[in-house]
Amino acid sequence: MNDVCPPPAVLTAVNYKSGTKPVWCPGCGDFTVLGAITKALASLQLPPHEVAVVSGIGCSSRIPAYTSCYGFHGVHGRALAAGTGLKVARPDLTVLVTGGDGDGYSIGGNHFLHACRRNVDLTYIVMDNHVYGMTKGQASPTTEPDWDNKLAPGGTGIRSFHPLVIALAAGASFVARAFSGDPNGTADIIARGIRHPGFAFIEILSPCVTFRPEQREWKSQVHAAPVEVTDDPARAARRIMTDDGFNVGVLYAGQRKAYAPARCPAPRTVAEVAEEFEL
Amino acid sequence: MHPCSPLDDTGRGRGASVSLALAGSGGSGVMTAGTMLLDAAARAGLYGLFVRTSGPQIRGGEAAALMRLARRPLDALDDAFDLLLAMDWQNVNRFADEIPLRASSLVIGDADEGEVPPVFAASGARCVALPLKKIAKSLPGSWTNMLALGLAGGLAGIAAEALEAALRASWKRGDAQLQANLKALHRGLDEAAKLAECGMARLTDGASASGPRWLISGNEAAGFGALRGGVRFVAAYPITPATELLEWMAPALTKVGGTLLQAEDELASVNMIIGAAYGGVPSLTATAGPGLSLMTEALGLAVSAEVPIVVVDVMRGGPSTGIPAKSEQSDLSFAVSGLHGDAPRLVLAPTSIADCIATTHWAVQLAEALQAPAIVLSDQFMGQSRAIIDRPAADAGTAQRLTAAADTPDYKRYRDTPSGVSPMAIPGTPGVTYTADGLEHSELGTPSSQARDHRLQLDKRERKLLRYDYGPRWADIEAPGGGSALAVITFGSVSGSVREAVARAAEQGVAVRLIVLRLLAPALPERMEQALAGVKQVLVVEQNHGAQLLRWLRAMHDLPGRPASFHRPGPLPLRPGELTTAIVDWAHAHRSDNPSESQAEKEMA
Repeated sequence: MNDVCPPPAVLTAVNYKSGTKPVWCPGCGDFTVLGAITKALASLQLPPHEVAVVSGIGCSSRIPAYTSCYGFHGVHGRALAAGTGLKVARPDLTVLVTGGDGDGYSIGGNHFLHACRRNVDLTYIVMDNHVYGMTKGQASPTTEPDWDNKLAPGGTGIRSFHPLVIALAAGASFVARAFSGDPNGTADIIARGIRHPGFAFIEILSPCVTFRPEQREWKSQVHAAPVEVTDDPARAARRIMTDDGFNVGVLYAGQRKAYAPARCPAPRTVAEVAEEFEL
Repeated sequence: MHPCSPLDDTGRGRGASVSLALAGSGGSGVMTAGTMLLDAAARAGLYGLFVRTSGPQIRGGEAAALMRLARRPLDALDDAFDLLLAMDWQNVNRFADEIPLRASSLVIGDADEGEVPPVFAASGARCVALPLKKIAKSLPGSWTNMLALGLAGGLAGIAAEALEAALRASWKRGDAQLQANLKALHRGLDEAAKLAECGMARLTDGASASGPRWLISGNEAAGFGALRGGVRFVAAYPITPATELLEWMAPALTKVGGTLLQAEDELASVNMIIGAAYGGVPSLTATAGPGLSLMTEALGLAVSAEVPIVVVDVMRGGPSTGIPAKSEQSDLSFAVSGLHGDAPRLVLAPTSIADCIATTHWAVQLAEALQAPAIVLSDQFMGQSRAIIDRPAADAGTAQRLTAAADTPDYKRYRDTPSGVSPMAIPGTPGVTYTADGLEHSELGTPSSQARDHRLQLDKRERKLLRYDYGPRWADIEAPGGGSALAVITFGSVSGSVREAVARAAEQGVAVRLIVLRLLAPALPERMEQALAGVKQVLVVEQNHGAQLLRWLRAMHDLPGRPASFHRPGPLPLRPGELTTAIVDWAHAHRSDNPSESQAEKEMA
């Protein structure tokens, strides 16, 4: 978290938008997620140049360039690794990692597990639409097993991945679900994730109206989580495993200390380090 | 081209250096004795090279400490060992290829531990049986390996005081045991004196090293060079034989205010350092072939997004898992051309253990100055061996990255500049935010699939590497005997053996120019042309199966004559003697091309 004095002028959501036109289809849920991110940053009054938005590959991974923050659009699946390196090397920055379900849960699955357990102070925002959109409609890890598509006619037959349970089991210290159709609620959850010291995982249901038009119905299915946020992982696990998948809110916020690398109180010079080689 | 030549058995340069092999099963203490022997040699003012070798077991297998000592710095093992001292013979015959002997060599074994294996006896070396264990037992509280320390040190000609000082300096136990082991050490020295008539080569008297010296491994040296260059972030995934580099850096980085983070895999480690370097912190990772393969996609990202990173590849036998703990120079082709797309990158190779410091330091400077990835090709031999070296020249400065000032008007991250290098905005700097991208982009950094933008950025990324003035460090060029029409070209850890072979060839009247490449990519055709001025034939020496350096040179340069190759895969080192034979035979085959040689022959006649 940054400990900055707010600049004299009050920043509003528009100050965090780059003006670059997104490549997304009309009606894509990611538009409102972009809006929610900018609202969250404005609510925290973080200067755009002190925020970095890091992503991999996919529709939602295009977000960094649509913000006025520092952006990093890397390779497929490795956004969490790049974001981790950046945050550990530059703890003064606020680092958001963004992406989709394919990028984060499939090709980047291993990094997801280890980012949760490492607990570096990052905010990881996944726009989950249960489909590979950029490659035009293949099943992702969160796709239902019977969803028919060209690459898996009749469906994959493989049960879908449960990102929130996995995140909790792997040690994420903040687990939330949001819905892109509720920009203000999503902005609030993102702001809470940024404020949370440690790895904050926010799964956002973000419909793909092109390849999964039936997801338009999500807006009638989502509902606010009926219970208060818990710091008890066992309660959170039971809640997440037994809910209907449309429970929206902060579902877990634990107390685990954020990752902090060893720091030398009085750094030495390189020449002093070399003394060990002297004969 | 040439099979292994018969070992030089003339005792060439006797006394100029002495080579010792201490071998035994796990727990016999040969590595401890070897380490103390090297320390004693350092105390006696000598230089040395210490190579550890062991069986495939994770712990407790047979092991051998291979050492060469001299009064001058050493970068290569010799053709054969003057002494093989075995604590026992359990599986030691597995090292037969690594411990060649000559007729003048001495083999000492404990008869109670078995006969000298035929593979060693067949060398014609003199075999002596000593009841090492019984002697140690007769000195209560002493260890057999300390007896061996005295024996080997005495035979090599190291002063008793230096051996005693080395033992005392490393002693961590009680005084009673120290006294017992000092007794064992002196008993070893006595036994060595009794064996003097065996005629084993020993170091002749001479001047000791005058200046300050360091004891360092190639992996430590590369890590230290990186620190000097300004690296303050390392992401690490363990892999043989690069792990020690990372393990050395972990506490060292903390001491200088940097950070090392263990990654979940090499995909993560390389992307972590790209993230950190994007954040303005010079960053590095170290790996071996399998890890470098995994890092390839992200290296392309560093090319496209113009993020400076350094990857040290401590090469081992390949392909696939290959031979993890043995050396080979077989990642060269992959390093210079193994990325998709047109992806200019820097590839450097240290020329010795000592040079691991300077070359890794330079790699950091180049990567930062050129905003490009740099691969440093070390290898297992160089990385895991220790050497006594002259203290390297003082720090030559940390890397400088061209950065963008706050609120630069009309800032374009990927602006097309004459040098190809454009100022990089570091996160935290107001008024110059941008998105770094692996997608092709416009000068602003916005994604673009336009032909014009693609061409512009490809040209820019190529130009910045080609227009840079690399100065004289791109290669070490030695021309003993002046303008020879023959040149030997090599790189990396084998250049120590090649340098020694070129010197021996010169003693035999064969003068050749030696070009040891430090910068392998980008290739510098104009510099190479100057280096090869007057040369009519070249011989390329390297340690791999596919003649990868020869192929790369032929692709990038107009080599004169009919380029010849001496290449052999790992794990055995290329030895100076066989290289001398190869160079001399090759030179004779091109006698008519080489005026300096015909001149020398006329003079001799």
